[in-house]
Amino acid sequence: MMWYFLMSDAFTFGAFLISYGTIRFSVNEWADPNAVFNSFPFAGHANLPLAFVSLMTFILIFSSVTMVLAVHEGHKMNRKGVENYMILTILGGLAFLGCQAWEWTHLLTAEHVTLLSNGTMDAIPTTVTMNPWGSVLSHTELVASLQKTPHDQLVNIASTINHSGEAASHNLSGLSNAQLIQQISASGIHATQAGPIAFGGYFFGITGFHGFHVFSGVIINIVMYIKTKLGHFDQRGHYEMIEKAGLYWHFVDLVWVFVFLCFYLI
Amino acid sequence: MSEHTISPEITFAPKHDGGTKHIWKTFWILSAITVAELVIGLLIYNINKGDTPREFMILLFKGVVCILTLAKAYYIVSIFMHLGSEIRNFIMTIVFPLILFVWFIVAFLMDGDSWKQMRNTDAGSKTNTYKKEMPAKKQGAKD
Repeated sequence: MMWYFLMSDAFTFGAFLISYGTIRFSVNEWADPNAVFNSFPFAGHANLPLAFVSLMTFILIFSSVTMVLAVHEGHKMNRKGVENYMILTILGGLAFLGCQAWEWTHLLTAEHVTLLSNGTMDAIPTTVTMNPWGSVLSHTELVASLQKTPHDQLVNIASTINHSGEAASHNLSGLSNAQLIQQISASGIHATQAGPIAFGGYFFGITGFHGFHVFSGVIINIVMYIKTKLGHFDQRGHYEMIEKAGLYWHFVDLVWVFVFLCFYLI
Repeated sequence: MSEHTISPEITFAPKHDGGTKHIWKTFWILSAITVAELVIGLLIYNINKGDTPREFMILLFKGVVCILTLAKAYYIVSIFMHLGSEIRNFIMTIVFPLILFVWFIVAFLMDGDSWKQMRNTDAGSKTNTYKKEMPAKKQGAKD
């Protein structure tokens, strides 16, 4: 039955990814993954495309390997071996979830200077309703749009550029519009147009759905670990439940392979 | 009757004697494919950076990455999930419905592309007005 469940799940993920592909094919511009996902924890503003997501991919592949090894030990009825490999698999799953939490936080909080649809400029993060990853604005377009931008948005932009806290942004709000515009346009920032709104919804929706699978996989693996520890499978005479949990865990890895392809590589 | 305690779901007899060599071999294959994908990903990034990206090369590399991903999926399903050692009928039960994806992908991506054409040409009533804004990119790009 696990196989039939996984097949239905494969169709669910397939439908999500294909719907994403359809929307992406139907618009002229899409966010460039190398620009969106180029940061790494503790690396500041270094431009490191693909680095963090490849770490996540390797974590998941490796935890898949420890899962097969656990299944393998189960065939040999080696309880200690199953326990050790299950612990490693659980740790791998938790590490992956931690990485995803960091990535989401980074996207949801890092603000970028963007031309909004009402013609004004503002610093916005990547959410399900906002997408700052459109094509790059020229300097003249930037200055023209800044003229139309209200005071509070100008203050917001200036404090984003200066990476300043509350106190400094209070100082900025004392400046006049012209001074702020002067300061912003002199900073040589990289302003963009707003990208298709669908990007955030698809990214957070699909990686979130996958992350939820990883989370439930970790829960299942913890249950299996406890049952192994209590000797349930030794009493039963086989470790088939470990094998079924393994199927689910490999499926989660399999889905990630495709999510990785669709969101980060192409 | 002891063999009946094992459900008929897992139809192949596991090899108890087998070592872990083939598992590690698969791990190295998967890692190598992932590294190859990353190299191509960075290659695409570097081609894309110039003022006149070569669209054809980018499309070609993206196609190669898709094929590598399918290879990875094959190794995961066949070795890690042991589908390769199941009986043939079972493999077919799983793989055959997935063939639907071929139609699914082609139909929906064509639909998306058709929407783009309709939008850019006002449903065919004018010529395509969309042009990639390259000059703007050149001036604005700082990093």
